[in-house]
Amino acid sequence: MLVFLLRRLVQAIFVMIIISAISFAIQNKLGDPVQQHMSMTVSPTERAQLRQELGLNDSIVVQYWRFAKKAIHGDLGTSYYYKEPVLDVIFKKLPATVELAFCAIIIVIGIATPCGILAAIKPRNIVSRLVVALSTMGLSIPIFIVAIFLVYVFSIKLHLAPSFGRGQTTNVFGLWDSGLFSKDGLRHLILPSITLAFALMPIFVRLIRAEMMEVLQSDYIRFAWSKGLPTRRIYFIHALKNTMLPVITVGGIQAGTLVAYTILTESIFQWPGMGFLFMDAVSRVDTPLIAAYLIVVGGIFVITNTFVDLIYGLVNPTVKLANHGL
Amino acid sequence: MNLLSVSNLHVNFHLKGQDLAALIDVSFTLNRGERIAIVGESGAGKSILGFSIVNLVDKPGYIKSGSIKLQNKEITTMSLPQLQEVRGKRIAMIFQDPMMTLNPVLTIGVQLVEAIRSHTRISFKDAKNIAIEKLHSVQIASPEKRFNQYPHELSGGMRQRVIIATVLLLNPDIIIADEPTTALDVTIQAEIIQLLLDICRNNSMALLLISHDLGVVSRVAERTIVMYAGRVVEEGPTLEIINDPQHPYTQGLLNALPQMALPGQRLNQIQGSMPPLNERPSGCAFHPRCPYATDQCRQQQPSFIHSGVSTVACFMVEDMINDAHLDDDEESR
Repeated sequence: MLVFLLRRLVQAIFVMIIISAISFAIQNKLGDPVQQHMSMTVSPTERAQLRQELGLNDSIVVQYWRFAKKAIHGDLGTSYYYKEPVLDVIFKKLPATVELAFCAIIIVIGIATPCGILAAIKPRNIVSRLVVALSTMGLSIPIFIVAIFLVYVFSIKLHLAPSFGRGQTTNVFGLWDSGLFSKDGLRHLILPSITLAFALMPIFVRLIRAEMMEVLQSDYIRFAWSKGLPTRRIYFIHALKNTMLPVITVGGIQAGTLVAYTILTESIFQWPGMGFLFMDAVSRVDTPLIAAYLIVVGGIFVITNTFVDLIYGLVNPTVKLANHGL
Repeated sequence: MNLLSVSNLHVNFHLKGQDLAALIDVSFTLNRGERIAIVGESGAGKSILGFSIVNLVDKPGYIKSGSIKLQNKEITTMSLPQLQEVRGKRIAMIFQDPMMTLNPVLTIGVQLVEAIRSHTRISFKDAKNIAIEKLHSVQIASPEKRFNQYPHELSGGMRQRVIIATVLLLNPDIIIADEPTTALDVTIQAEIIQLLLDICRNNSMALLLISHDLGVVSRVAERTIVMYAGRVVEEGPTLEIINDPQHPYTQGLLNALPQMALPGQRLNQIQGSMPPLNERPSGCAFHPRCPYATDQCRQQQPSFIHSGVSTVACFMVEDMINDAHLDDDEESR
């Protein structure tokens, strides 16, 4: 177990080094930060001076080396735009994104699991057919269309849910601004989290359905029937536990997709989270912030997958984490 | 009264718009404590017969007609809760591949205890005691330790013992064993068969052994049913079937045993292979492979006739018996 976690830590560091290198390598292609930050009236000499101050005249390798030395001490640089350490900027926006993603995941698990199971055990049922048809549709409709549709129906026509912003937030322990504890905050979560959930739902419905159908064909399920076990026990203990093994793995991989879709969702709903911040950073050519965002996301990805593997190890007795460390 | 009586059972499969017969007019009876073997090549319908007895034929298969009576209760028309009462408690099954039969993510203990507790109101602790006692009775060493282990921690032979223990938990009247040793090593095969035989004898349980291993069959079963292409072709006492097979198919099966060939000689085999479900020939289904086939065999399905203590469905045997009767008549004249 300890070996497994240590290996994961090494892996995480390795991933972050690669991500930071990549984000540094692309920064020159994004545009000129100096031009973005100064008005037209600033003289060329002043521009050159700022350029020198920011260290932009050094070669990429030198810049990266300077960045890496500071990064070891936990300093990923200072945002050009916010004039604050990038990690502070990002961690201020982190709660919004985490809460959005969390709600979306709850919605996905809460809806995809029963739908997938139903579609597998009663394939001819009208509801299952509808579920399968909808999941096919869902796979092919881009989420910004879903979002626009939801906004049109639920905010503009029905006035049921707000279409932008986070609403009222509550500070928890001085660390975390949460929208989960006020009615207004929760109302603001509805449309963005549904939109985000919509992006991941079809894959999980189809995956759970396909896996469950396969598991139900297996000998051990037949043996369970032949023992005269109650139907509920066969479906929800014998079959579901086996069905979830590949679903857990795919869930970890889909964490990446989730991050990508938070950027889209947050932009659509003006959600003040990391994704929205990232889009702004890109348009402002705020290179330190872009690099830091990518590194943080990489870290989240590694942490998520470590958790996923831990859960997998708990569910699947044939896996021993220490032996299959990676 | 018979413990189990299957009469005129027809099982069909809906495949690609066709309704194909997998079992045709199968009838037999099983008495308390009796051991019957069902033999035949792959595809003869042996396993389907085993599964249909507890109404576990997977879709697209279904029981088309006929009756399966457990004492006086009709199984084919039972509701699912009624079936769940019968399954495990009255009729239990052992499957072919012990590697696939136990659920990989549940402990042996959970899989044993759940079988008891879904049939009887009993505490977990009492159920555990029964389970451990049964594990002991199938000669599993340190059953307390095995109870908490997962299937992958056990060998194939050990798993088949666990499965046999599962089957014994509720003292069923009938055990259906679908090729219980096919997936095991030869040395372990003998042990498992001996175990099964002892258990049935000691508890006077009836056994329906589905097998293609005639060596095993001759050791275990008192009666043997030979199946071909979904039909019973010969039935009788095992000794009789092995020493004096009547149906050309049974003769072919026995001839194909390696013991029947001399060293260095090619093994005998029945020419051709079992026809798939959608290509069953007319008349007697065995006629394309039968060395004695006549025009009558190609057109008509032979009915069952008694030949000594066996019953056979074959025109050749029928003719032989009729001739013998004629000879008797002439002699007596």
